Amino acid sequence: MIGYLIQRLGTMAVTLLAISALVFVIINLPPGNYMSNRIAEMQASGEAAGIQRAEEMMAEYSLDKPVWQQYLIWIGALPGPTGFSGLLQGDFGWSFELERPVIDIVGETAALTAIVNLAALVFVYVVALPLGAIAAVRAGSWIDYLASFIGYIGLATPNFLLALILLTYGARYFDIPAGGLMHREFEGEPMSWAKLGSILTHLIVPTIVIGTSAAAAVMRRLRANLMDELHKPYVETARAKGVPPVMRTIRYPLRMALNPFVADIGNLAPQLVSGSVMVSVVMSLPTLGPVLLHSLKSQDIFMSGFVLLFVSVLTLVGMLISDILLVLLDPRIRLKSKRRGA
Amino acid sequence: MRPLLTVEDLSIAFGDVGPPVVEGVSFALDAGETLALVGESGSGKTLSAKALIGLLPRAAQLRAGRAIFRAPGGEVDLLRLPAPALRRLRGQTISMVFQEPMSALSPLHRVGAQVGEVLRVHGYEGSVEDRVLEVLDEVGFPDPRRAHDAFPFELSGGLRQRAVIAMAMVGNPKLVIADEPTTALDVTTQATVLELLRRLGRDHALAVILITHDLGVVANMADRVVVLNRGRIMEAGGCSRVLSAPGHPYTRALVAAAPRPPSPLASCGAAAEGTAILSVSGLSKTYPGRTRTFGPPAPPVRAVADFALCLERGRTVAVVGESGSGKSTVAKLITRAERPDPGARMVFRPEAGGEEDISTLSGAGLKAYRRECQMVFQDPYAALSPRLSVQDILTEPLEIHGIGNRAERRARAAALMERVGLSAGHLGRFPHAFSGGQRQRIAIARALALEPELLICDEPTSALDVSVQAEVLAMLEELQAELGLSMVFISHDLTVVSHIADRILVMRRGRVVEEGDPACVFGKPRHPYTRALIAASPEPDTERRLDLKLVAAGAGEPEDWPAPYGYVEGDAPGLVEIAPGHLVRAAA
Repeated sequence: MIGYLIQRLGTMAVTLLAISALVFVIINLPPGNYMSNRIAEMQASGEAAGIQRAEEMMAEYSLDKPVWQQYLIWIGALPGPTGFSGLLQGDFGWSFELERPVIDIVGETAALTAIVNLAALVFVYVVALPLGAIAAVRAGSWIDYLASFIGYIGLATPNFLLALILLTYGARYFDIPAGGLMHREFEGEPMSWAKLGSILTHLIVPTIVIGTSAAAAVMRRLRANLMDELHKPYVETARAKGVPPVMRTIRYPLRMALNPFVADIGNLAPQLVSGSVMVSVVMSLPTLGPVLLHSLKSQDIFMSGFVLLFVSVLTLVGMLISDILLVLLDPRIRLKSKRRGA
Repeated sequence: MRPLLTVEDLSIAFGDVGPPVVEGVSFALDAGETLALVGESGSGKTLSAKALIGLLPRAAQLRAGRAIFRAPGGEVDLLRLPAPALRRLRGQTISMVFQEPMSALSPLHRVGAQVGEVLRVHGYEGSVEDRVLEVLDEVGFPDPRRAHDAFPFELSGGLRQRAVIAMAMVGNPKLVIADEPTTALDVTTQATVLELLRRLGRDHALAVILITHDLGVVANMADRVVVLNRGRIMEAGGCSRVLSAPGHPYTRALVAAAPRPPSPLASCGAAAEGTAILSVSGLSKTYPGRTRTFGPPAPPVRAVADFALCLERGRTVAVVGESGSGKSTVAKLITRAERPDPGARMVFRPEAGGEEDISTLSGAGLKAYRRECQMVFQDPYAALSPRLSVQDILTEPLEIHGIGNRAERRARAAALMERVGLSAGHLGRFPHAFSGGQRQRIAIARALALEPELLICDEPTSALDVSVQAEVLAMLEELQAELGLSMVFISHDLTVVSHIADRILVMRRGRVVEEGDPACVFGKPRHPYTRALIAASPEPDTERRLDLKLVAAGAGEPEDWPAPYGYVEGDAPGLVEIAPGHLVRAAA
């Protein structure tokens, strides 16, 4: 198991390196960069004063070097004008547009994004697994139809619409706060119990909005998977042994049907991040979605590079978690990897 | 006193309006007795037994009947017992052994946990683990502790079925329902599992309901027989009486269709002279071991080693062996679905003249060879695409090879359908509309569409009922005589090939261990493995029961065979010709 973990972490590091290169190349594909655009702008408007400062900054951030050198400097494998200072050294770069270090701007945002997505992920599984299982076992009953109905609505309703509806009625009838991820007075404050409480109540609506469609999809698939498993011979064996129905279903077919969903944890993370852009805009959530969109548009490369890399890390961690869970849950995978590792 | 179980007038139907699929079935069974429910697929034998413990599929409905069972707490009617009360009987008092041990066991739970679960759900007082180990020992696990902690996929097929039997025995049941308990096993394994069931039945005075299609199994196991056909009892009575003097015509047909080994023939000569359509020598296939991320790859697997075969035009060579013997790999190599290891020679001589080595063919040459060599697969349910109509299935090979125009191809498809005994009017139907035997006929028609000279049949009848099997075999022989086909016939069942083959090759672990014509192989088997195979084939004759000593001597690892047949540290002795045309792998 430890050998397997080391192996997985090793491949993860290599994957991350490949992704960082890919990300950097892609965000540099559009011609020009933030500073060269600024310079062109200033030339057009005749602002000679700023041009020299901008050119200095180009040199300071090595934007005048070839892309591969820029990349190596970015990740910290090559010394820049100020020595080694890149991702490996914990320096995530400078946002040209906001004129502050990237980490200052997105540090809390990244954490909040992770929290929102984690909450949505938990919501997806907590809601979808029991509902899907009940729908499969009671296939054709009212509860199956009800679950299907809710599922279809979840799939068919655009997220931002659901967000607006929930915000309006949530605020009116349940006093659920509308918009944002915390009360205004806590913004920029250090973490405290009051702030945490505020974040949690603000999380309710976004979690439901972001998670609903994914939950509906998971529910439909679990229902189908479980219905396939329910009539397998090993379930009949359990019946013939006299195992009571609920215990029987949970212990045998449900466990068999769960594998694909465990494997999906990693895939759900990026889906949720990109899917939440629209919702974040509508609900003015300080998550990475809108930040990414904006920085890509203004070619603020270090900013967008960091956000894309962060999402990749989320995905990789999600996949690591699913792989570890699979190994723990399924002896077939466990014993195969043991045989390989040993 | 009443017998342990009395079933009266049992009727089952699907849905509210459908005709009953089981009607008026009655039988009685006492402790220590084994009752065989015999029938072909669809006869209702499994439904009848499953109804007794409430395991009917959801769509099936009980129409009428009583099943009085002498339970520990007094007599109960199993068919009218409320679910919780029935659950208390299940597993503990009445247990079940299933057909397919791999799918009947959960792959995610250890054997010990699955066996012990029976005790746990029924509130066993005492150490569950001790009792489980005791039962695992009783059903013949060499190392009960290891079996207890193993997962089912770590066990061989025979051991898995022993685990299923342990699960049925652990609660000390009064009645065991065994649903085709050995059908999924190799013959030699089947023999040992049957012996185990017999011993357990005797030691524990069990009442056993044995569901089977195999009269050979019946002859070895049952005290009494109930023959079912289309849900009705055709005949019931003592085992030896029903098998030796069947009263009902259906039983007579069933007994006649059961494969038996031929009585030893006097003649045992060399192969007849003729021009070989296919001569194979030095054929090997090695699959590379699993590659691993770290460390060297797993050792390669030798599926077939140094195989040789000579098929004369218009004749049939049978390759016989158990699962893992390499027989299907041989089929794949001859059809060139797989590429053999270098050094093989497979010379094919088409009727038009000339010869070519097919072991290295590729591209257009391979495509041309495929016109001459076609294959019939084991499972007609899986071999035909459910999304193609029979017409499309039959014309597709013609299209691929660009033969004829649309109308000609359709005419050819119609002719093929008629040729295999089906109506050309059914060409528009899809495979699901046909029974297993009909599907296999379609599969054979598809193989014949290109008018091949060479037909490879990979277990063409093992998925079929016995009576259907006899029909399909007869049809193959007829087609062979008519079309001058040369056949390679792959099977796990010696008795099946004894009638159709001109020459038999017995394989074990990738190597041929004995080769000869049927009279030689059956009349004077020399190799211990061949003897084990013959001894392990159950015959529908209560006078000739399985000889387990012969089975045990030959069914083990090749290293354990007695001299001069045993392999020494994996090195096999060569094939020796002990009589003209009769070869045995033995140290000279």
